[in-house]
Amino acid sequence: MPRGLLARLAMIPLIVFGVVTILFLIFKAVPGDEATMVAGATATQAEIDNVRVQLGLDRPLMAQYLGHVAGLAHGDFGYSTTFRGNPLPYILARLPATLLLTASAIALTILVGIPAGVGAASLQNRWPDLAISGVVVAFLAVPNFWLGMMLIAVFSVGLHWLPSFGLHGPASLVMPTLALAARLIAIIARLTRGLVIEEMRKDYVRTARAKGLSMRQALWRHVLRNALIPAITAIGLEAGYLLGGSVVIERLFAWPGIGDLLLNAIGNRDYTLVQGITVLFVLGFLLINMIVDFLFVLVNPRLRHA
Amino acid sequence: MPEMTIASSIRRRAPISRPLAIGSFLLAIFAAISLCGPAIAPYDPTAQDLLALLAPPSGAHWFGTDELGRDILSRVLVGTRITMMIALVPVLLAGIAGVALGLVSGYFAGALDRIVTGFVDLLMTIPGMVLAIAIVAIVGANAVGLIVAITLSSIPSLARLIRGRVRELREEDYVSAAISVGMSRARVLLRHVLPNAASVILIQLSLLAGQAVLIASALGFLGLGVQPPAPEWGAMLGTGRQYIEVAPHVIVAPGIAIALLVLAFNMLGDGLRDRFDPNLMR
Repeated sequence: MPRGLLARLAMIPLIVFGVVTILFLIFKAVPGDEATMVAGATATQAEIDNVRVQLGLDRPLMAQYLGHVAGLAHGDFGYSTTFRGNPLPYILARLPATLLLTASAIALTILVGIPAGVGAASLQNRWPDLAISGVVVAFLAVPNFWLGMMLIAVFSVGLHWLPSFGLHGPASLVMPTLALAARLIAIIARLTRGLVIEEMRKDYVRTARAKGLSMRQALWRHVLRNALIPAITAIGLEAGYLLGGSVVIERLFAWPGIGDLLLNAIGNRDYTLVQGITVLFVLGFLLINMIVDFLFVLVNPRLRHA
Repeated sequence: MPEMTIASSIRRRAPISRPLAIGSFLLAIFAAISLCGPAIAPYDPTAQDLLALLAPPSGAHWFGTDELGRDILSRVLVGTRITMMIALVPVLLAGIAGVALGLVSGYFAGALDRIVTGFVDLLMTIPGMVLAIAIVAIVGANAVGLIVAITLSSIPSLARLIRGRVRELREEDYVSAAISVGMSRARVLLRHVLPNAASVILIQLSLLAGQAVLIASALGFLGLGVQPPAPEWGAMLGTGRQYIEVAPHVIVAPGIAIALLVLAFNMLGDGLRDRFDPNLMR
């Protein structure tokens, strides 16, 4: 494994630590007394004081912060009012649904976005290219949740083909994946088109053509390898959109993931849970980028021995 | 290179491209509607008609009525002003903050740059939508909360972009020339660096405005944005969600309005990019 990759792996705990610190400070600044919120509206002053001592909220801020970080390192996310304790097991129980949704959106993007971009580039300025460009412009403008609602209106309400909510079998994955992936498909198709066109103009393509390869052969044997690497990397950079978008899509489709849990946590003012889920989102973002970097090195021999 | 003003750096270059024309035209229409929406709306956007609940599109109600019998077209027209405000105010604020951070951290390398860059990099690891949701949760689910949330979640990417551009410009000969003839740093920044970064900033602000519309409407949809009965498009869709089964027409008009406005900002941004930055043309 090259050194650059190892160095980035080593950065992950540092980044997570930094984000945890920022979140801690932000949520400490929220107006309102935490102990009062945890104890509930009907609690007496004695009960509130009891909660304050139990949760360590009577300690100085610095001590609370160190306790918070130490707790996180041991998998203790703090006291969640929703779950009356450490929310981690409940968050983890919801994680697979979110992973499934984002992974299938990435898969769909690779399966549709990249071929669309390559197709558009090789038929540049002919009607398939213009059609693909039109779809790209539309997908970049349409809000993902509205696309999801339109899909529900057509395929659930109108045609009764697909379930409109929940996670029950592969059919229920179709519409949430489409709604979430549309924007990413558009971004990747547009980028791939540009990369392929740029690569086609390079000297080695002319050499290949001079040797007698057809345009199609040059594209498949030489151009794609070079053009697709940055396209794959871009998927990693858009991981933030994917994770953020999943929150909205999960709510729309009543999808049992952590995005839906995050919105419940905000509704209940359960800031421990909000912080915990946000940290997991950041971890997810970093991990997706790690995987992309790893693939990048794997498919790019120039970097393998760097 | 002679001293440039921001205006002169924008004024040069060739004819207007199609995306630029379409984007500007659409935005002009949206601006006009947001100015005189209440005047041209056929109905009062809050007037209820209990005899026409969830009525499908007709001659009287082009896009139908909602669950309280309110005219959807009127609500969309009047709501334009809300969305334009929520898109433009944060982009303006984020523009000021992002330019300041980017200029300072890009031009004065060193400890300050490392702190700003580190902070920006940290914020960039939090998905923008998640950051916006968390901020709205703290500040409040209303227009002010939305504006704060969208502003703060737009600053990191903008600051990073401008910093990168400034670092490129700092190496230009005319910048070293300006310094060597004794121009003050502030003057170099404002007279040479900023005008040359202006096109990049404008392009990005336009694209960010489109993003702002998407984030604002998503938060409205989730019930974390502008609250009903205000005719905010996202909130209209959030309420309409419950009626898809019986009256799918309620979700059509607000969605089209959002998509067209985002399209307008995207076109403007792409058009500006083609015009000022031929290297980036795709």
